[in-house]
Amino acid sequence: MPLIKAGAYARDEYTSVDDAAALPEGAVIVSLARWQKERAALIARNAALGVRLKADQSPALLGDDLARLSLVVLEFPKFRDGRAFSWARLLRTRFGFKGEIRAVGDFLYDQLAFMTRVGFDAFEAPETITPDLFRRALAEMRTVYQPSADGRKTVRQQRTGN
Amino acid sequence: MYRYDEFDAAFVADRVAQFRFQVERRLKGELTEDQFKPFRLMNGLYLQLHAYMLRIAIPYGTLAARQLRKLAHIARKYDKGYGHFTTRTNLQFNWIKLKDVPDILAELASVEMHCLQTSGNCVRNVTADHFAGATDEEIEDPRPLAEIIRQWSSLHPEFTFLARKFKIAVGATPHDRAALKWHDLAVEIVKNEEGRVGYKVIAGGGMGRTPYLAQVMSEWVEREDILAYLEAVLRVYNQDSRRDNIHKQRLKILVNAIGPEEMRARVAREFEEIKRLGTLQLPAEELERIRAYFAPPRFETLADDMPVGDEDFEAWKKTNLHRHRAPGYAIATISLKAIGAVPGDCTAEQMEAIADLADEFSIPEIRVSHEQNLVLPHVRQRDLPAIHARLKELGLATANAGLVTDIIACPGLDYCDLANARSIPIAQKIAERFADLDRQHDIGELKIKISGCINACGHHHAGHIGILGVDKKGVEFYQLQLGGSGAEDAAIGEIMGPGFGEHEITGAVERVIEAYLKLRAPGERFLDTYRRVGMEPFKNMAYLEQLYAAH
Repeated sequence: MPLIKAGAYARDEYTSVDDAAALPEGAVIVSLARWQKERAALIARNAALGVRLKADQSPALLGDDLARLSLVVLEFPKFRDGRAFSWARLLRTRFGFKGEIRAVGDFLYDQLAFMTRVGFDAFEAPETITPDLFRRALAEMRTVYQPSADGRKTVRQQRTGN
Repeated sequence: MYRYDEFDAAFVADRVAQFRFQVERRLKGELTEDQFKPFRLMNGLYLQLHAYMLRIAIPYGTLAARQLRKLAHIARKYDKGYGHFTTRTNLQFNWIKLKDVPDILAELASVEMHCLQTSGNCVRNVTADHFAGATDEEIEDPRPLAEIIRQWSSLHPEFTFLARKFKIAVGATPHDRAALKWHDLAVEIVKNEEGRVGYKVIAGGGMGRTPYLAQVMSEWVEREDILAYLEAVLRVYNQDSRRDNIHKQRLKILVNAIGPEEMRARVAREFEEIKRLGTLQLPAEELERIRAYFAPPRFETLADDMPVGDEDFEAWKKTNLHRHRAPGYAIATISLKAIGAVPGDCTAEQMEAIADLADEFSIPEIRVSHEQNLVLPHVRQRDLPAIHARLKELGLATANAGLVTDIIACPGLDYCDLANARSIPIAQKIAERFADLDRQHDIGELKIKISGCINACGHHHAGHIGILGVDKKGVEFYQLQLGGSGAEDAAIGEIMGPGFGEHEITGAVERVIEAYLKLRAPGERFLDTYRRVGMEPFKNMAYLEQLYAAH
């Protein structure tokens, strides 16, 4: 699936690795289970590292290790499963994660703006979501009512000029 | 009432365009029905038995006269000339075409209305006491907070794909008219010993197949912390709720699975973290700014002087008026429960006439109650005879608010895709059986609530007498539940036993009420008699006919 970042197709620098597969050279994405099992070896590789979390796995499970990661992948098993919206927001606003937060799995055009607001910045999107459509999705709503992880001015801030 | 500023107007306009694009893609086949569904639901659009149904949000049940006129116009132009007020204080149109929906949304936007979050697994339309701002019982008007919650929850990026729907209510009176304990989350405005105003928060209530009353989460939340606290509850729910069984995904299930103690602890931890960030603090100026929209109208200096009229007027006075905060004024309930009518239905002509009445005799504002009636919140007592006369001409002067024929009923199998049984004809038959007004007054306060399926849109769990329609091998049966309440003495009704057939249920209800009349102590309501004597005597009476038939 194509990767969209900053409203454009982007090259995927990472290789997503199954739990049983041998690790290739370069940047990899592993599951939380593999990360927990092979933590020392993965750190020793000295390459960019991403961890993939399932919908029921809170990023709190990564603890201080977050600082060693450059990517967290959050899975959407079904587009109706909204847990990853909380995980992304926690990563950005509570754990101060500055790396890439990538969405994979089943999500729709109509969710892209919400996902961006909670802190996702990379999307393994279906072919039907082109960069043009992606940018359209983000421009649909000019106003937002609540603070999130994107730093957008809320309606209240706009009203008071703060 | 609240008026949109440029930002609110832009928001709703963008939302209409967004939905138009969704409908376009659906009609072109780019979105499957399965993919379209959550987005149309979030815009209040259901696919019913016969057509699309559109549910329009009436935040905290407050409606301007010009908005009611617009609803009348939509009823005429896009539907069959009537609408249905619901137990969530929304309005439903039952005969809508998908291709018209974007245009209807645009019409609604022109009067600052929308269908946003009237359905779907998101934070739903926020409800409040329908006498807010008019009753002298309240600590303060609950609607400014309800409006703040409405804005904060509108297209909330984190909480728009929750495990299930999420209903919030706000109350401010000891006598609860907003069914707070039956909500996923409710805020009660309270005063502490120092006389300061703050919020009590309860969570985990709900009807449906597993009814629960809400548990106290916090006895006291400071004003500026309330959104942070609500966000904490929502986040715990979004993170921790089950997602594997649609029937076990409401907040009430989580609260009761982990226990209220653990839920309180999780919410408290989350609350501290959110508070530390500080971005959700509600500044006093913001509350004041919103509150200014709800400032009470300037009341004339009058003395209480209730007019006396004919028998009809006197009967109406007895049930359909409520004490107002200002002397010489009253709160008038317009019953949408004429005998034989569909509870909550209102024709375009009636809507327009009610809007005219509000303009002429009140402020141009109408309230919708969760009991499916309308309210004129501020009327001069001296105008009541004229108002009553006009309502009579419109068929809207039914003197039954709070009485046995003021029945709540869901649309049931006549409209609804989910229903197992019809609700409306049962409500009509019961109302016809008890049509005699003297008899109704003799029976006194009695709340009958009817649902056509286990989802409980007709609030049967909260009925003094609750009726649940079930399907047994293709035949409609009706179970009786007694002792429920949606008020401050909230309780879950107790199931009596096997259901009654369509032709038996009215008789069974009548026998239960006859039993009450024999058993009651002087001045005792049905509910209180039931609580005193229990199910047994009612049960014996209700099944009497079947016993005769069996022998």
